Amino acid sequence: MQTPTYAPTELAAELRLPTNGLDYTILAIYFVVVLGIGFAARRSVKTSLDFFLSGRSLPAWITGLAFISANLAATEILGMAANSAQYGAYTVHWYWIGAIPAMVFLGLVMMPFYYGSKVRSVPEFLLLRFDRGAHLLSSILFAFAAILIAGVNLYALAIVVEALLGWPQWVAIVVAGAFVLAYITLGGLSSAIYNEVLQFFVILAALIPITVLGLKKVGGWSGLTDKLTATHGPDFTTAWGGTGIGSTNPLGANWLTIVLGLGFVLSFGYWTTNFAEVQRALSAKNLSASQRTPLIAAYPKIFIVFLVMIPGLVAAALIPHFGTPASGYQYNDAIPFLMQELLPNGVLGIAVTGLLAAFMAGMAANVSSFNTVFTNDIWGRYVVRGREDSYYVRFGRLITAVGVVASIGTAFLASSFSNIMAYLQTLFSFFNVPMFVVFIVGMFWKRASAKSGFWGLLAGTVTAMVNYFVFYKKGIIAIPSDQGANFVSAIAGFVAGAVVMFAVSLFTSPKPAEELRGLVYGTRSPGMAEPPAPGDEAWYRKPALLGWGAVVLAAACYIPFSF
Amino acid sequence: MSEHSRRHEHEHFHYSEEDVQREVTELEGKSATAARIFDLRRIIGGLFVLYGVIVTITGITDSQAEIDKAQGININLWTGIGMLLLGIFFLAWLKLRPTPPSLPPEGLPEEKENKE
Repeated sequence: MQTPTYAPTELAAELRLPTNGLDYTILAIYFVVVLGIGFAARRSVKTSLDFFLSGRSLPAWITGLAFISANLAATEILGMAANSAQYGAYTVHWYWIGAIPAMVFLGLVMMPFYYGSKVRSVPEFLLLRFDRGAHLLSSILFAFAAILIAGVNLYALAIVVEALLGWPQWVAIVVAGAFVLAYITLGGLSSAIYNEVLQFFVILAALIPITVLGLKKVGGWSGLTDKLTATHGPDFTTAWGGTGIGSTNPLGANWLTIVLGLGFVLSFGYWTTNFAEVQRALSAKNLSASQRTPLIAAYPKIFIVFLVMIPGLVAAALIPHFGTPASGYQYNDAIPFLMQELLPNGVLGIAVTGLLAAFMAGMAANVSSFNTVFTNDIWGRYVVRGREDSYYVRFGRLITAVGVVASIGTAFLASSFSNIMAYLQTLFSFFNVPMFVVFIVGMFWKRASAKSGFWGLLAGTVTAMVNYFVFYKKGIIAIPSDQGANFVSAIAGFVAGAVVMFAVSLFTSPKPAEELRGLVYGTRSPGMAEPPAPGDEAWYRKPALLGWGAVVLAAACYIPFSF
Repeated sequence: MSEHSRRHEHEHFHYSEEDVQREVTELEGKSATAARIFDLRRIIGGLFVLYGVIVTITGITDSQAEIDKAQGININLWTGIGMLLLGIFFLAWLKLRPTPPSLPPEGLPEEKENKE
């Protein structure tokens, strides 16, 4: 996950939804379609490239919507609504500064290197740019993190399903795990991506009615801000109020840590080097489509914040002390509470379907990136090398099953720790940031030596962990919240990684220039001269225009929240 | 496969961008996704038309209690119409700009299950 949001650890027991046969019919139709996509995609899988990267052949609108969907897992939806109920309109930072610039950077600057070099995964790029040490370390860290995150999604799903529908946790975990297993082993990445695109629209159909009815209930936007200003103070509905250096706010972060920690290090780490995201762009049909993947995703991302923030704010306005024990609700309950309060049967079924779809897609994105890295980067390169291509497809299917079973294991593991998810979210920010520093230095500084990648990655990971577990948890430095601590860990990990890379490069020999072609900024790879596809000259398909348009739009969105 | 063993002999000492390019280009040549994958617009269109019809009918037959719950808005009706329009949009897009001719005619998912 990109940010330390509050994954649902507990939901209030009184949230049981009044679902009926109609709602279950809607849910059942969705499950049938999910499996149908898996079966139908199966015949398109012939080579390992089909299974792991959809044959690099999908159109940009599909990969773009899958890119946003892979991020829009249910932990993000419930977590960001919780964030808004707790911290107010600061949530917009996770979108407008914490996502858009990084997505645009990925599309405009980094995709030509990723896609043009024809690598099949993020670690494979590190293998080319640095050496086997950096490759193996990043592959293992990624595979490990992906299974943990998949398990957290599964466990979060089980908790929500138990609270809302009354199913026992193990039933929900096994059922959801089985569906994800079925459609990924059948259709590979194509099946995961197609389901993500479908999920995107179902989630919109679920969130828009909740947001509209929620706003109506509190008397529109002005009614909402009036109520919140009265109960939570004037800063609660602004983006920057109280973030001056030295002043205090509930987020425990000032504008500098927001811009550097969240907007630069955490967000660039997540969006540009997390393979669960980048994989979607790598499956696009040509360079232009791969560049447009994150850019097409950026536009919905700018506006989705309203669909998660407004329900959170509405919940905070409707229930006095929402989220505190006195109210009987957790912050995570914001969206389920509004579903129960406002949605009649029918739309309620759509909303339940949307949430379940989002949990499954969040898990599937991690499983489908895990099987790719494990098969291509670990198994196929260090364990069983040089077998025929169909062997790796079979192995990919097998390891998908292993990955899903392992996720079910980590889901039960997660359920035995009461507070593990807040910690896990923090842990994951450790994995992305050091990867990002290695990338950014490697991509822009051709002198960075082959050895520097491994040591930079290791130093960054260790530093971020030490900062969190030792300096913050033991109270050696005072940071008021987990969020604030994350921003600081991210910056520390970034700086440590960069310093170590610089130092190691000074003492080791650089890579020969001919091995860096197409991997370092300012060079072109030998085979990259791909003719543009017909129609890609259209102005609305120009990556630069799409990218800068998103940045300007995100900046403009800040204006009403800044004064 | 010979090209694989060749690659791995070479790679034992060194693995370069040319190796990746060669390997991936070769796989791209054999890839079946572009030729065989079904058009997702049909699935989205079909599902949303179906959902739209179900939810719209629910909206038309909703009692006052359900409308009162949703703040006086017939939310089922409006959401249903919205979903129906989205479904029709995808089907119309598919009709106006069909799948490129290099692809075989599409079938329903059910027809493809007996494959392989």
